[in-house]
Amino acid sequence: MIHSRRILPILPAAALLLSGLLGCKPAPLTEAERKAVASLSLSALPPLPADPSNRYADLPAAAAFGATLFFDQRVSRDGNVSCSTCHLVDRHFQDDRPLGVGISTTSRRTMPLAGTARSPFLFWDGRRDSLWAQALGPLEDAREHGGNRAAYAHIVKANFAARYEHIFGPLPDLSAMPANASPLGSEADRAAWASMSEAQQDAVNRVFANIGKAIAAFERSIVHEKTRFDRFADALAAGQEPADDAALSDEELYGLRLFVGKANCVECHNGSRFTDDHFHNTGVPPAAGLPEDLGREAAVPQVLSDPFNCLGPYSDAPPETCGELRFMVKSGPELRRAYKTPSLRGVADRPPYMHAGQIPTLEAVIDHYVRAPASPDGKSEVVPLKLSDRERAALVAFLKTLSN
Amino acid sequence: MGFNWRYLVAIVGLLAVALMAFTRMQTAPSPVAAPSFVLSRTSENGTYLVAVEPEAPPVKVGELHTWMVTVKTQDGNPVDGASITVSGGMPAHGHGLPTSPEVTAQLGDGRYRVEGVKFSMGGAWEFRFAVSAPAGDDEAVFNLKL
Repeated sequence: MIHSRRILPILPAAALLLSGLLGCKPAPLTEAERKAVASLSLSALPPLPADPSNRYADLPAAAAFGATLFFDQRVSRDGNVSCSTCHLVDRHFQDDRPLGVGISTTSRRTMPLAGTARSPFLFWDGRRDSLWAQALGPLEDAREHGGNRAAYAHIVKANFAARYEHIFGPLPDLSAMPANASPLGSEADRAAWASMSEAQQDAVNRVFANIGKAIAAFERSIVHEKTRFDRFADALAAGQEPADDAALSDEELYGLRLFVGKANCVECHNGSRFTDDHFHNTGVPPAAGLPEDLGREAAVPQVLSDPFNCLGPYSDAPPETCGELRFMVKSGPELRRAYKTPSLRGVADRPPYMHAGQIPTLEAVIDHYVRAPASPDGKSEVVPLKLSDRERAALVAFLKTLSN
Repeated sequence: MGFNWRYLVAIVGLLAVALMAFTRMQTAPSPVAAPSFVLSRTSENGTYLVAVEPEAPPVKVGELHTWMVTVKTQDGNPVDGASITVSGGMPAHGHGLPTSPEVTAQLGDGRYRVEGVKFSMGGAWEFRFAVSAPAGDDEAVFNLKL
């Protein structure tokens, strides 16, 4: 009896120690975890780098003109589509749909715009290498704005001549130019384009590029806002106990630890924007009813041949600053069905997920990564993972701290 | 009645579980560091002495940067005019480098500039330099921990 009395009081202490270590009452973050948290915080985001390819990138007048163009439905074939048709200003500049819908339905999920000025490659497959080159794609896509570059030059001349010329200098004489013409687009548009002189084509291309540069200047102002996770990280970095609107619940903290630890999410979703800006095949199944989609593999020749890329005649960049384009991976099996790692900031607010909105909920996304199915084409980089129901719920709880 | 062994067994069991949990916690992810690498080694078949260093340390995850590579023979003579191809990746994840770095300048004295290097995540990276010169074809492999 004497022995047991000595041992009995130790039991609650041992149980407390055990529960602490198992996560019932979270143990303090390790040094490595603290560093990982700091690396994900918005406070770690460096200043927005210059865009040497767009000399108007940081010109307020260009940004203001870009904002006008962004919200103006006249910048489309039918007068009903603007950039903000899919990039909704009060929805983090996305549209909550599995596939964007302009004039008709596209084959990709609309991406939110915050922080995209920092991406070396744009679109889910990176088929453009700057924000301004990206903006030109939807303008001429028949399913989106559906217009053509000659028509856009005429629209600018008719509606925005003074503002345009204040920023970019004199508009070209468009009187002898066709109303509709583009090297892409319909057969008639292409025939009209072919009938133009090289000088006329160049003049229209230059106006078209400047439309993109103005829109990009505006989009550079769209940034991420701090969320509870950032306040938590800031408090931690300042050596304070995160409290009030900086505090994470035990479950959220557990989810954070899984995110940077066992679940390995941070391998690709790293840095302040929770993305490595790179392309990965993660075995996401194709969306029903869409044509074959090879992802990055199909995008590489497109970005290389894009006349509006960093090395092209409409770029303002010295070639030596075009490192991302010059040294990008141009071939290899890893490009097949590889898509860009999306930022996870605000992710809980904007289902559905993946490049064609294939997965409806965050829970289902986590289930996808736990199962790690084989890719329908190419090879998935994801390996199966064991996560309990409690761990999955904790990850979702953590992801919600990236929203306000 | 004397000592109740069941309590001892219970406590030993609890402590064992606690120790396991503690050990698991210590295997936290590697921090995203900003290391300043200066590395030198003999190539796989001993043909060359290859030294590499970032042009402007520290090396940051996700940023394009430049490395300087110096190639010498084993007896210390600089190797100029070599053809060098750069590759690598993360063996643990089965993927290559996120970019295709290239030698963009031969600076003489066995020195070469390699542009377009990027490491897209923290962790263990393999960095390979295949050297082809009259002395032979050989490769130097460096292991970096970011």
